[in-house]
Amino acid sequence: MTSQSVSPVATEAALRAKNVSVYYGSTLAVRDVNLDIFKNEITAFIGPSGCGKSTLLRCFNRTNDLIRGARVEGKAMFHGTDLYAKDVDPVYVRRRIGMVFQKPNPFTKSIYENIAFAARINGYKGDMDELVENSLRRAALWDEVKDKLRQSGLSLSGGQQQRLCIARTIAIEPEVILMDEPCSALDPISTLQIEELMKELESRYTIVIVTHNMQQASRISDRTAFFNAEATESGNKVGYLVEYGDTEKIFNDPSEQATQDYVSGRFG
Amino acid sequence: MTTNSLPPEPNNLWQPKRGLNKRVEQAIIWLFGLFALISVATTFGIVLSLLFETVEFFKDVPLWNFFTDRQWTPLFSNPQFGILVLLSATFLTSLIALLVAVPLGLLSAIYLSEYASPRLRKWLKPALEILAGVPTVVYGYFALLLVTPFLQIFIPQLGGFNALSAGIVMGIAITPLIASLSEDAIYAVPSALRDGSYALGLTKRETIFGVVLPAALSGIVASVILAVSRAVGETMIVALAAGQNPRLGLNPFVPVMTMTAYIVQVSLGDTPAGSIAFKSIFAVGMTLFLLTLVFNIISFWFVRKFRETYE
Repeated sequence: MTSQSVSPVATEAALRAKNVSVYYGSTLAVRDVNLDIFKNEITAFIGPSGCGKSTLLRCFNRTNDLIRGARVEGKAMFHGTDLYAKDVDPVYVRRRIGMVFQKPNPFTKSIYENIAFAARINGYKGDMDELVENSLRRAALWDEVKDKLRQSGLSLSGGQQQRLCIARTIAIEPEVILMDEPCSALDPISTLQIEELMKELESRYTIVIVTHNMQQASRISDRTAFFNAEATESGNKVGYLVEYGDTEKIFNDPSEQATQDYVSGRFG
Repeated sequence: MTTNSLPPEPNNLWQPKRGLNKRVEQAIIWLFGLFALISVATTFGIVLSLLFETVEFFKDVPLWNFFTDRQWTPLFSNPQFGILVLLSATFLTSLIALLVAVPLGLLSAIYLSEYASPRLRKWLKPALEILAGVPTVVYGYFALLLVTPFLQIFIPQLGGFNALSAGIVMGIAITPLIASLSEDAIYAVPSALRDGSYALGLTKRETIFGVVLPAALSGIVASVILAVSRAVGETMIVALAAGQNPRLGLNPFVPVMTMTAYIVQVSLGDTPAGSIAFKSIFAVGMTLFLLTLVFNIISFWFVRKFRETYE
């Protein structure tokens, strides 16, 4: 269960969104988000589909850059540095702020290479075998794959593939791990394994997770941000942040009626 | 009328007219099956006719001599049929063609699928495929009348007919094949894989060469092997520009005679049917057929074995 000893002033904000709006072409997708994400915590983004939680998540490691026509306004900051400043290279941003995707996407390489590949290119100078083993251990996958490191990453089950993706992410030692609905393609047992893993990783990493699963958010996160969407006159949906706070407060005593309705399952 | 044993419907508003259904279905199955059979039957017919004359040929020329003789002199009074002579020319022109087509085709494919804007891609890909539609006889004259004189500026000893310019132009001719098929393979790599690579702090180039190309490898190799069999079977360009001189060796500057060029020469000449020279074209044809068959099988096997299945 979530500990409630967290207080906003005690920990450092790793990521900060300041008046962040995201456009796809001329369409506004998320409007004016302000929030701080604190170091060594798990922060959950919840909300109905189309509320912009994934879009906001992708701002934090500039994965939105890869989508043609996407544009970010306002400031997304990493330890006080604007991630979108002119002299910031998105490649280095992503090296420091890793991401795990909705669908497991291991490379078409061996299990070993799935981890060693990016580490090697990023100039890792240590013992590669050790790095692979440690990453797999920390991703709670080592015991299952230690005898078949040369097999294709695609030969694993969905849950194992996702843990492999987490392993390759932590192998390059990011500070923040962004997780975009990492369990939505997985069965309940694999989901539980990933959740346990996230709790393990919390002490070393800052984790932000987008999830549709409210039980998941309440089980694992320290803080929760609830997003909602409203229709504009042109019929598009624009997402916005409704409420952000300690997970226990969001789930048990939210300030906003919309949050109350959502977390109690009355809509969404 | 179709009868069915289901209980009657509560009203009679639904009365499909399917009286002829059964027979029409049957007729269609037969008709379609017949058409499907035609292509298979044609292939068998070709192989059988090749086989028949080839067997005749090998009654006169021992298989051993066919593969070991170092001369190809079908019209001499003491003819020699060393397939290696023609094979070396085919190998040489195809190799030159591949040296041109593989880098050119692959780089175009990478550019088209990874770097070109969607608008440019929409224009460029059809334009590239037009190259594939140019008749090979045009390529042949292009090689003979333009490329050879141009190359002679730099290589004075280059013959008027030579393997080099025929090979280069053949390479240009098969570039669209490699480019188009490889591009399909590269484009088909799920974007989730690219995202995964970018999320690990890799650049675009590192992503393309480290993740995307390995994932598309089976399709790329298949396209290259298909291009090899196109090059081996290519006729007009080599017949026009490479020459008609059966010569063993791999010198690209002199006239040579490929297997296909030999078949053209004999077919167009006044070689009497039934003569040993006439029968020899079937043996050469059979060799060509087997060679391309082997390439196609390798390609098929490779794709089956190495195709990545993404969920």
